[in-house]
Amino acid sequence: MAISDYMPFLFRPPAPRFVTESGAPVHGVLAQFDDVAKVFHAAERMRDEGFTAWDVHSPFPIHGIEEAMGQRRTILPFIVGGAALTGVSGAMLMQWFMNGFDFRFVVQGKPDFAWEPFLMVTFELGVLFSAFAALFGMLALNGLPRWNHPLLASERFLSSSDDTFFIVVEATDPKFDPLATRRLLESLGASAIELVEET
Amino acid sequence: MSAMHPDRITAERLAGLAPGVASIQDAPTGDGTLIEDPAIRAPLVLNDRSIHDVTEIVCGYCEKPPPGKWWLPAFCVASTAAAVGVLMILYLIVTGIGTWGLNNQVGWAWDITNFVFWIGIGHAGTLISAILCLFKQKWRTAVNRSAEAMTIFAVMCAGIFPAIHVGRIWFIWMVFPIPNYNWIWPNFRSPLLWDVFAVSTYFTVSLLFWYMGMIPDFATLRDRADRRLRRGQSARVRLQAPGPVKFAVELPILADRIRALVYGLLAVGWRFSSRHWHRYENAYLILAGISTPLVLSVHSIVSFDFATSILPGWHTTIFPPYFVAGAIFGGFAMVLLLLIPARELYPNFKDLLTLRHLENMAKILLVTGMMVGFAYAMEFFIAWYGANEYELYAFINRATGPYWWAYWTMITCNVVSPQLFWSRAMRTNPVVIWIVALLVTIGMWFERFVIIVTSLHRAFLPGEWHMFFPTWVDILIFTGSLGIFVSMFMLFMRFLPQFPMAEVKAVMPQADPHGHHARHDGGGH
Repeated sequence: MAISDYMPFLFRPPAPRFVTESGAPVHGVLAQFDDVAKVFHAAERMRDEGFTAWDVHSPFPIHGIEEAMGQRRTILPFIVGGAALTGVSGAMLMQWFMNGFDFRFVVQGKPDFAWEPFLMVTFELGVLFSAFAALFGMLALNGLPRWNHPLLASERFLSSSDDTFFIVVEATDPKFDPLATRRLLESLGASAIELVEET
Repeated sequence: MSAMHPDRITAERLAGLAPGVASIQDAPTGDGTLIEDPAIRAPLVLNDRSIHDVTEIVCGYCEKPPPGKWWLPAFCVASTAAAVGVLMILYLIVTGIGTWGLNNQVGWAWDITNFVFWIGIGHAGTLISAILCLFKQKWRTAVNRSAEAMTIFAVMCAGIFPAIHVGRIWFIWMVFPIPNYNWIWPNFRSPLLWDVFAVSTYFTVSLLFWYMGMIPDFATLRDRADRRLRRGQSARVRLQAPGPVKFAVELPILADRIRALVYGLLAVGWRFSSRHWHRYENAYLILAGISTPLVLSVHSIVSFDFATSILPGWHTTIFPPYFVAGAIFGGFAMVLLLLIPARELYPNFKDLLTLRHLENMAKILLVTGMMVGFAYAMEFFIAWYGANEYELYAFINRATGPYWWAYWTMITCNVVSPQLFWSRAMRTNPVVIWIVALLVTIGMWFERFVIIVTSLHRAFLPGEWHMFFPTWVDILIFTGSLGIFVSMFMLFMRFLPQFPMAEVKAVMPQADPHGHHARHDGGGH
C-alpha cells in the first residue's frame, strides 16, 4: 500500500523503466501456472533470485506460500491489539463517566464505580473495536478498496479467481529485465506469459 | 519333519501374504465419506471434482435461477408471512402491547421467548466459523457460509422483539449511551443494557466476519461476469411472470453489467494476491479468536436477563453455560433444517456437503442435547438441594402444573429425540436428521417458553397467579419472524455464494503445494 495509491496528485510519478510500442508504461510480466506445486516451487526460486516487487496470485491461499515468497509477517495483530485496548479503556471510561461521575446512580446501595458490573460492556466494546480493526486494517494494509488495477485488464488474469495461478513481476523491480525475467519464468514451468501495461 | 527356524516361518508367511479384501461391514457406506479408519481422512469434496468444478457449482447457482420451479412460490409464501408479521408489528406499535396476551403477572411471554429463540439459533454460525476454525476442523468449509448467513438473519429477527416489547418504541433510543431529556445516562449495571451491547456487537461482528469471508467469492463472481461481458456472452435482464401467466419483458441492460458492478463493489478490488491472502488469513484467524469468547458471552449475557433477577426458576447460576449449550444445540438444528433440503434441491451440492458433514453435525446435536438434558436435571436437583420452597414449587409446577405439556414437549424434543443419534444408521440418514432437527427447533422454542412463562405465571403470591394465552397478534408476529428469516435465507441462496469457494478449494487435495494428487485424503497436510 502506498499513500500515492489514494492521493496520486501529491506525487510525481517516476519515469517508467520500460514502455511498450504504443508508449504505454509496462506494469510487469504475467506468467500463468496451471498447477499449485509448480507455482509454489517457482515462488521459492523467485525469492532466491532476489526479486522484490512480485506476487503470486492464486484462487485460494496456498499453504506455506508466505515462506516460499519470503514475505514478512503482517503487523495486523498489533493494529488489532491497539484497537482492542482502545475499546476496552474507552468502554470503562465511558461507564465510569456516565454512571460513576456525571450522573451517580444509586442502585441497591452499590458503589458508584466498580469494575465488575461494567465488565460485560467493556468486553463487548473491546471485541467490536478489534473486529473493525481486523477487517479494515487488513483491507488498508492490502491497499484496498481499489476499484481498478492493471492486472484486471488482462482477460487471462481473470481465471486467477477460478483455478489458475499467476506470478507477476512488476517492472519497478530492480531485477526486472524483460527478456531475462521472461526466460526465467518460462524455465520455471509457466504455461503462458503476457506483458501487462499500466492503465 | 524338521522344525523350521521361526524367523524363516515368518519370512515365508510374509512373502505369501495376499492383500486383504475389505469385509462388507468395513466398506465405506453411504457416499463414501463415512470412513472410520483414522489413517485416511474422509474426502471433503466428492466425485473427483476439480477446482474449476467448485467455481462452476457455487457460482452457477448465483447466476442462474435454481433448478425446478419451487423458488418463486416458496419465496412468495415466506415473504407474505413476513409482510403480515410487519403489519402486525405496525398494529402493535399504534395500539400498544396490550394486543399481546400479556397480563399483570406474565409481563414477558412470546416476545422474549422469540428473542431468545432467534438469538440462540444465531449462535451456530459463529460457532462453526470461529470455534471450528480455531480447532482446524476442515469440514466446516462446507457449512460455514450458510451457517453465518443464518446467524445474521436470525439475529435480525431476534433484534425485532426486544425493540417492540418496550411498548413505546419511540423511546428505544434511551438504551443508547446518550443522555435523555433530564441529562440522565443509561444504567450500566442493568443486564438489559448489557444485552443491548452484546447483541449489537454480536450482529456487527458476525456481519463483518460473513462479509470478509465473501470478499474473494464476490471477486470470483465479478471476474466471471466481467469475462462474459468482454466475450459478448451476456444476456439482457429478463423478467418473467411466474406460473401459467405468459408474460416476459426484456430490459435494455445486460445482467452481467449489474453483476460486475454489484459484486465488483462488494469485492473491493480483491485480486487474489498471495501478499493479500497472508493478511487476510491473519485477519480471519484474529476474527475467529475474538468471536469465540464473543459467542460464549452473548448467550451468557442473555441468560443474565433472567439469572440476575430474584424470580424462582430464573435465579440460578447454571444459566450461562446452560443457555450457551442450548444455543449451539438449537443453532445446529436450524443449520440442518435448512441445509438438508438445500442439498436435495440443488443437484451437485451433495458433492460439497457430504454425509460426513451431516453425521458430524448430528453428533454435535447429540452432545449438546445431552448437555441441555443435564442442565434440566441439575435445575431440579438444585431446587431440591437448595431447600427453598418457592424454588422447589417453581420446578414442580413446571413439570406438573398447568404448563406440563410445554415442559414435556421440551424434554421429548430436546433430550429424548437426539438419542436416536447413538445409532450410526440414524445419524447418517438425512430424513431422520431433518426430522430430529425440526423436533429440536420446536423443543428449543418451548424451552424458552417454559423458562419465561412458567416461572412468571405463578410467582410468590397465589392471588396474582395468571395463565398466559397468546393472541393472534402474538402468533402472527412470530410467524412473521419466521417469514423474514426464510425470505432472507432464500435471497441469500439465490444471489450470494453459498459455499466459501476459496476455503473449499484450499482443503481439496489439488491445493496441496507438495503434490499429493493421488491421495484422496482431502486434507492437504
